Amino acid sequence: MIAVLKHELRSYFHSLTAYVFGAFLLAFVGLGAMLYNLQAAVSNFEYVLSFSSLIFVVIVPILTMRVVAEERKQKTDQLLYSLPITTVQVIVGKYLALLILYLIPLAIISVYPLIFAQFGEVYLLTSYGSILAFFIMGAALIAVGVFISSLTDNQGLAAGIGIAVILFNYYSVSLSEYVSATAFGSVVALLVLIFLLGAVVHYLTRNANLAYGVCFVLIAAVMVLYFVDSTAFEGLLPGIMTKLSLFERFTTFVNGVFDMTAMVYYLSVIVFFLFLSVQSLEKRRYN
Amino acid sequence: MITVEHLTKCYGDFTAVDDLSFTIEEGHVYGFLGPNGAGKSTTMNIMTGCLSATKGTVKIDGHDIFEEAKEAKRQIGYLPEQPPLYMNETPVEYLRFVGEAKGLRGEELNRQVEDVIQQTRIADVKNRSITALSKGYRQRVGIAQALLGNPKVIILDEPTVGLDPIQIIEIRDLIKQLGKAHTVIFSSHILSEVQTVCDKILIIAKGKLIAFDDPENLENRLLTPNEITLTIGSSREKAEKILAGVDHIADCVLEEKEEGMVLAKLKTDRENIYDTSRALFFAFAQENTPLLEMTLKKANLEEIFLELTETSEPDPAGGEKEEETA
Repeated sequence: MIAVLKHELRSYFHSLTAYVFGAFLLAFVGLGAMLYNLQAAVSNFEYVLSFSSLIFVVIVPILTMRVVAEERKQKTDQLLYSLPITTVQVIVGKYLALLILYLIPLAIISVYPLIFAQFGEVYLLTSYGSILAFFIMGAALIAVGVFISSLTDNQGLAAGIGIAVILFNYYSVSLSEYVSATAFGSVVALLVLIFLLGAVVHYLTRNANLAYGVCFVLIAAVMVLYFVDSTAFEGLLPGIMTKLSLFERFTTFVNGVFDMTAMVYYLSVIVFFLFLSVQSLEKRRYN
Repeated sequence: MITVEHLTKCYGDFTAVDDLSFTIEEGHVYGFLGPNGAGKSTTMNIMTGCLSATKGTVKIDGHDIFEEAKEAKRQIGYLPEQPPLYMNETPVEYLRFVGEAKGLRGEELNRQVEDVIQQTRIADVKNRSITALSKGYRQRVGIAQALLGNPKVIILDEPTVGLDPIQIIEIRDLIKQLGKAHTVIFSSHILSEVQTVCDKILIIAKGKLIAFDDPENLENRLLTPNEITLTIGSSREKAEKILAGVDHIADCVLEEKEEGMVLAKLKTDRENIYDTSRALFFAFAQENTPLLEMTLKKANLEEIFLELTETSEPDPAGGEKEEETA
């Protein structure tokens, strides 16, 4: 695992990726700090982070697009499979390397509140609480990016899908106001989600029967529930969209509340997507 | 050393490897031979843990490649068909990474990296970017990678494909050298290569093992019928008469060449081709008829290979026909 981590870090610093990622993040946070803290003279650094979180849409896919896709393209994944290390070690090593890369600009950013504190009163607790949340949220998005990269051998495609997914996640709360809140609308949306899930299961396991089975069981469950108590589905779809939003949970921190459930949520997102990435790598052995 | 039992791999309806079983013993160079698409790479990928099997087991030194992957993989160095190199690194950086992943640290790592660089003779290019290296050097870096950690078995998948003749000879020499300290398994679809380098040959076609023997035994197995070509200094009728008196001759074709010269192509079903050539010599000598030329052609591995694998088109890159002139 350490070997993979060191190797990844070296290759990031060999290429431009690390620098582009860091520069983008610093530039955007710097811009935010200038607008909010300097020009508008607001002492809350968390607003800057809230403003800057949009940049994840671009920089996370830039950072993660090549992480697994490139191995596939260069056929170096064969080497990783034949080495005496497990796929879990490979994915975790790669992921930790990405986190270290992400921590470098973040370390610079975390000096900002201290600097501002020299010139007035800054709420350091909320500032650093938000920075921690900002880190964990970014880490969750990076885990999503790693998974997307593991699905394809085309970096560009991985970046494109990554941007689309994160952008959708960013706007899902705003979008949730426009989707149908009726019970029927929610059921239809659930069915679509179930089919998508079935497609992912099929892709990962190459087992059509399992995919059909999963779909069938879930659809049956939804149908039974709908006919027993259709009110349960009212407002479900907008609710789900809000719940799934990683960015929405971050606003709680910006508002000055350190939300442990959100932390747990971010951590479970990380574990879940790393698990999926491992499965996606393992799957290559079975096709 | 390696036990493969009832190995089967299916891709959907297509069976790439079909109930393959064999045992590899320590200290030989094994040639894995088969036409393109015979399942060589698939088998090697399964043996090295890069691919799962549909059925069957692979044991490396007693460790199952799927159940005890770590222990089993430590015994194997693998060079896939396309050398898995990180193009933006130098050979030293690359080898250090592979060494670390194989669990080498500190002094041991430095020593082994230096050793394999010497062994594969890549010292001149060790600090150049791999992108800038020629195919032959890249192949060597790939082999160096397989040698790290001093594995007992080295598995090379078509290591000479796409190299120029000089590089091919160099890589073959390297394989022979490796055979002294390791068990080497390498695949090829070129017969002459396997013939010159290996102690044992496995021939597989359509996912099935069809032969597993020494090169000599394989040749002996299918040596008959052998062909003899004669140029006889006599008339056609006379040659026919004399040949009719010699035993063990099948398929005789006569052809008049120039004035007083007959070309005879015949096959013998005798075990030892020289018994027939001796009989022919005396038969013609008795009649006072000169034999101007006698050429014996043994069935070589090429033909055995083609016969066994039942491929209709011969391999253009294959070895030359072996001819002996008596």
